[in-house]
Amino acid sequence: MIKAVPKPLEEVLDLVKDFTKVLIVGCDGCVTVCEAGGSKEAKVLASALRLYFTQAGKQAQIDETSLTRQCEKEYLAQLSDKMDAYDAVVSLACGCGVQYMAEMYNNKIIYPGVDTCFLGVNEERGLYAERCQACGRCILAETGGVCPIARCSKRMLNGPCGGSDQGKCEISKDVPCGWELIYERLKTLGQLDRFEKPVDPKDWTTSRDGGPRTIVREDLRI
Amino acid sequence: MRLQYPPSVRIIEVPCTGKVDIMHLLMAFEYGADGVIVMGCLEGDCHYGAGNLYAKKRGNRVKEILDKVGVGGERLAMYNLTSGMGGRFAEIIREITEKVMELGPSPIRVATGKAVRPIAEVTT
Repeated sequence: MIKAVPKPLEEVLDLVKDFTKVLIVGCDGCVTVCEAGGSKEAKVLASALRLYFTQAGKQAQIDETSLTRQCEKEYLAQLSDKMDAYDAVVSLACGCGVQYMAEMYNNKIIYPGVDTCFLGVNEERGLYAERCQACGRCILAETGGVCPIARCSKRMLNGPCGGSDQGKCEISKDVPCGWELIYERLKTLGQLDRFEKPVDPKDWTTSRDGGPRTIVREDLRI
Repeated sequence: MRLQYPPSVRIIEVPCTGKVDIMHLLMAFEYGADGVIVMGCLEGDCHYGAGNLYAKKRGNRVKEILDKVGVGGERLAMYNLTSGMGGRFAEIIREITEKVMELGPSPIRVATGKAVRPIAEVTT
């Protein structure tokens, strides 16, 4: 899932301090799971903004709501009758949701309330780790289910490099070497012969190198 | 024991401080509380495991928020004591009441015109 962290409160305060009617919109999708931008976080941010405006002696209307997902028009449309009542909107969705809302409500000021970080897993509550870089061409079948693009700091296809030490990456002792993980997994699977043939250069045209990406599924389109 | 403590506190009972949510604390300040005390069991002595430790973390986050929005994190405090520490309970209430009196009314109540002076006399 997409992982995000709440933007520092002072940053959000700075964005909205000159407005008097602000709507906070949470997203009940990915950012709810990492507790950065769900309905709960929308309530907390709205409360904090109300406290800020009130203590500053400023009359302001700060409301909050939450949508099932902000990356879909149908859910964003639920805001259509509310938008005119507000000067600015803080979206707590990932970057996709913020942008889609801005596209749909073209004349409304939409601010991001979270910093979108990566595609990752929940290792524990409050501990999220990157697992995928959405490169567009999955090679997990060849690497024992451990992605060298996401897990190796250098995104090497034929690792490990000389910076691997005792199973850790040279960038930090807290970061496991992606290729060590791949080696251990392939060893467990009895597929170490995989290391005997070099991997061909990866086709990066499916990744960001090919510019902004679009998926067209004619079988699904209506 | 008939211990005396200032009448300015309003006690809200919860089954465990683990029940105390960030929003409970923020709403108390929105409603104009001059100070809030979270009183939990001794650390390591939570009947439910770690409710008081969760409350401590939530309290710390609320303190940060209060600092940033201009209300002041020092208006929120957490203490850990047992149900057998009535004397300490009264002492904490006196201490905090004095502290809040020094801080003055909440900026929220001042800004909304609901307070111009300290809310209670300190009774020791």
